[in-house]
Amino acid sequence: MIMAAGSDYPLERQPSRGGMIRSFTESITDLGSFAIDAIVELGDIARFAWRTIVWIFTRLPRRDTMFASMYQIGVLSLPVIAITGTFIGMVLAVQSYYQFRAFGLETQLGGAINKSMFRELGPVLAATMLAGRVGGAMAAELGTMRVTEQIDALASMGTNPIQHLVVPRFLSCLLMIPSLTVMAVFMGVMGGFLYCTTILNIDYYHYWENAKKYAENWDLFYGVIKSVFFGATIGIVSCHRGFHCQPGAEGVGQAATKAFVLSFVVIIVIDLFLSILLDAIYQVIWPINPMSLMGG
Amino acid sequence: MITTEPILKIESLHVQFSQQVVLRNVNLNIPRGQTLAIIGESGCGKTVLLKTIIGLIRPQQGSVMFDGRIVEQLSPKELAKQRLRFGFVFQNSALFDSMTVAQNILFPLRQHRIQSQQQHEQKMLSHLAEVGLPTSVLGKRPAELSGGMRKRVGLARALVMQPEVLLYDEPTTGLDPIVSDVINELMISTRDNYSVTSVIVTHDMKTARKVADRVVMLYPISRLDATESQIIFDGTPDEIEATTDRRVSQFVRGEAGDRLMETHQQHTIEEV
Repeated sequence: MIMAAGSDYPLERQPSRGGMIRSFTESITDLGSFAIDAIVELGDIARFAWRTIVWIFTRLPRRDTMFASMYQIGVLSLPVIAITGTFIGMVLAVQSYYQFRAFGLETQLGGAINKSMFRELGPVLAATMLAGRVGGAMAAELGTMRVTEQIDALASMGTNPIQHLVVPRFLSCLLMIPSLTVMAVFMGVMGGFLYCTTILNIDYYHYWENAKKYAENWDLFYGVIKSVFFGATIGIVSCHRGFHCQPGAEGVGQAATKAFVLSFVVIIVIDLFLSILLDAIYQVIWPINPMSLMGG
Repeated sequence: MITTEPILKIESLHVQFSQQVVLRNVNLNIPRGQTLAIIGESGCGKTVLLKTIIGLIRPQQGSVMFDGRIVEQLSPKELAKQRLRFGFVFQNSALFDSMTVAQNILFPLRQHRIQSQQQHEQKMLSHLAEVGLPTSVLGKRPAELSGGMRKRVGLARALVMQPEVLLYDEPTTGLDPIVSDVINELMISTRDNYSVTSVIVTHDMKTARKVADRVVMLYPISRLDATESQIIFDGTPDEIEATTDRRVSQFVRGEAGDRLMETHQQHTIEEV
């Protein structure tokens, strides 16, 4: 093998200027192709969401279909939401205690835990659990129906598959997630309270007094509003993934995984924008008086 | 009874997925009351043709005309209404897993709120008897049934709306010879009792010979010249037996012929 002078590459594999330019253009092409695919996918999801919304106003699902779907999505998710909510509240207490104690502010823990649970952890936790438990299952179920031609069978019988399969699931996600969020928040608040008052021996009167002072009704409302958007995201993304499932067992598995991952990413992204938007709304409704911050 | 007036008219149909052309310039007229078998090897576009007829797949070019109306030009509402005039028996039955046999059969009637509950039950029982299934299966889920039973439930579900056209996708695939013959007999009795137009996609020559009035053979585009028609045979079951076209007779007799060598060559190329 002929080696190029001062190089570890054989002569024929030396990266030439032309090769480097070609590899650079290929990278740009790949990036462009990825961007185009992402935009097409986003457009497809938007169209899917629009068609779902149109069907909600065209024909509501049957009551028995709705109840079955709400039971699956809401009632069966309650235990897992309650358990994780409780433990998140306790973990929050464990993690914050030493920092607060360093400043002698242990009794303020209630405010910090409750505010975090109301505004952020409650809705995001409920949405994450729902995306994992229900989103993946919905994508797998609809994916299997796609692969076994059940969706084609529905369409061939003059039934719109979006109206029959997506609308009940979407509405159930939308209607059940606020209740699940309230449950997650309640259990988190109780978990944090129990840990602080029984294990960390914080005075419960001051704990609640501070909690009431810092966490307002708006904070709970804030979390519930966010949860509605999260529920809509889970419903649309998961059903869309199921409808566009690739053939075979591998395709169904991928649909379920993608449904969870994409739902989670979208939830986190819209969480940021909703937080900014809701804070701005709060500022408009209840403008903060700068003097009050300085004790004036 | 077969009339000369076509109920289905397929003109210059072209279907492709991404870069892969599946149907190219397909022309076919299907008279009312006819039982047409579409045969051809796997991947030649038979099922795609069937799904294009009912509007599940939109062609890139050409048209499907059903009873004088072009399917692609119908609004979603009109298309849904038109589909009620069709019955579709899917390859793997496509019964709804989450429903019982009774719920599967009654699904179209309930969904479109046609007739009363009492009429529903009468209709369901009569169709169940027609396809030769006992009432004991009504409470069962599709997963608890054999392949042959699922096919029969699929046929009962397709019949419940009293369709004018029945589309069968590989009705005997995966069934033993006896159950296959039962399905063939059911297709014949359905045709005779309801005077439906039937389009049967199959690669089972026994089904084509026994059930069909007319046989059409589709050929994969990859094996055709650019100008050749994709329909390489159109005639009666008797005529197909006497054909001199090597490609058709090879399929009818089920002979591998030079295909075995082609498969070897393909494998060798892939390995290289």
